[in-house]
Amino acid sequence: MDTATRNCLALNAAKARLLGVEMVYRAQSGHPGGSLSCMDVLTDLYFREMNVDPKNPKNPDRDRFVMSKGHCSPAVYPVLALRGFFPVEDLKMFRSIDGHMSGHVEMHYNPGVDMSTGSLGQGISTAVGMALAGKIAKKDYRVYAILGDGELAEGQVWEAMMAAAKYKLDNLCACVDVNGLQIDGPTAEVMPTEPLDKKFEAFGWHVIKIDGHDFDAIDAAYAEAKTVKGQPTMILAKTTKGKGVSFMENNVGWHGKAPNDEQFAVAKAELEARIKELEGK
Amino acid sequence: MGEKIATRNAYGMALAALAPKYPELVVFDADLAGATMSKFFKEACPERFFDMGIAEANMTGVAAGMATCGFKPFINSFAMFSAGRAWEQVRNSIAYPRLNVKVVGSHGGLSVGEDGATHQCIEDFALMRAIPGMMVLCPCDGYEMEQAVQALIEYDGPAYMRLGRLAVETVTDTIPGYKFELGKGVTLRDGKDVTIIAVGMNVQMSLKAAELLEKEGISARVIDMHTIKPLDEALVLKAAEETGAIVTTEEANILGGLGSAVCELLSEKCPTPVVRHGVNDEFGRSGVAPKVLEAYGITAEVIAEKAKQAIALKK
Repeated sequence: MDTATRNCLALNAAKARLLGVEMVYRAQSGHPGGSLSCMDVLTDLYFREMNVDPKNPKNPDRDRFVMSKGHCSPAVYPVLALRGFFPVEDLKMFRSIDGHMSGHVEMHYNPGVDMSTGSLGQGISTAVGMALAGKIAKKDYRVYAILGDGELAEGQVWEAMMAAAKYKLDNLCACVDVNGLQIDGPTAEVMPTEPLDKKFEAFGWHVIKIDGHDFDAIDAAYAEAKTVKGQPTMILAKTTKGKGVSFMENNVGWHGKAPNDEQFAVAKAELEARIKELEGK
Repeated sequence: MGEKIATRNAYGMALAALAPKYPELVVFDADLAGATMSKFFKEACPERFFDMGIAEANMTGVAAGMATCGFKPFINSFAMFSAGRAWEQVRNSIAYPRLNVKVVGSHGGLSVGEDGATHQCIEDFALMRAIPGMMVLCPCDGYEMEQAVQALIEYDGPAYMRLGRLAVETVTDTIPGYKFELGKGVTLRDGKDVTIIAVGMNVQMSLKAAELLEKEGISARVIDMHTIKPLDEALVLKAAEETGAIVTTEEANILGGLGSAVCELLSEKCPTPVVRHGVNDEFGRSGVAPKVLEAYGITAEVIAEKAKQAIALKK
């Protein structure tokens, strides 16, 4: 990846982080931690990896994306807005009764969203369905999904893993946002899910482990996934929960909490500094 | 009239017969294809049949994902699992995004028989009816089922349909002018003293009950309410106004199903005595199906008794 591309992705991710934190602040509710941790992977998907067209969001041949951890709407909506699916202005309606930008990712009112999610464990099954549909319809679109590491405790995830392997869905590439924290505490304490690589391999998936904040690694992983035939790919992206906002990083308290005025001022200053730094490059 | 066939068999055969006409029709099962009769589709169209293993939650989600891509999935299991175990997946992955998936529950009610309470789903009507926008139906015989399958394929939206295990007499094929329409009940027999509103195989029982009542000089109307939701309000209101007493009968808990739907409507729009007949808020037990049904009072004789109770409630 050339420097300009890398900087461009980092800049979009920084802008999306600011928009995401801002919408949670404005609504005084939402989930900043896990949204910030998966933002780099999601930005790479929409700005580099996926074949999507904001002018034709329902194109039947498009690539699809499912945010299986649907509470990370403060990641999805800003990235879609920045990609041009709807005006950035619309983010003001997040979690508001005056609009339709639901607290969890919603597909009918928000252009570019391929599946409504929110109840953990369910999104990945729908991604499997989209990939299976692609195989049956003999289309060459690809299907992407992001899961949370805490979400992996849902049994349905493993049902979906078996089904994707059975149907050899090499058009499906999922990613676990391994930020290591969930509402009640560290994932290793709430419900240990490691060793993830061995588990997914045992379920018939091709596994790639990366640093989920390294755009070169993210890009290489998605490129590798396209070369895998006869099995789906799972990217295990090691990330930092709350990435980009110092006081939210690795702090379990920021899973589902909105910043107050002072906290938001700090977060905004940090993210704006990052944006300015990247714009100067 | 008179031919006996289980609605699950009629369903499977109808799906298989319609496979060539609808290339977007896809069928899923959770390791019960031989019982839900989705096996007929599997044999006719293996490339569009998917056995998802004993994993109903995932099957529900996979079908939802396929529906977003323009396919028309029918997912199958026993009612206990498709409507019960996967309820929240049906709600959040299918109904809330209003995806075009048909959820099918075979072996509904007590007539599962020997398998006992764990497999006798008496709550599916209530569970599915409680979901916003969910259509709920249960055709009474093979002839009606054939047409219901075709109508469901054409209907764009989420729906739940219950199938029965037992072979039941076909009664709708000889009704003059009978035409199946989603959301429209059918008056199978006219009457003036009381109306029995029935769903599923209780329709056949109700026709027998009406004959029993006739011998006692009571004229009973019988309505086949194959669609519980949306309820055919006009037909129920007309029956309430013209006969003044209603019995509802279903092979399901009396809480939340057809009986509740009728009571909810009438209490608000035309207060009328209603007696609900069904399973009285208790679990079933193992036994051969006719014995189980008899033990729980799901018989023509009891329906006739309920009709007399309803008439007695008239002012």
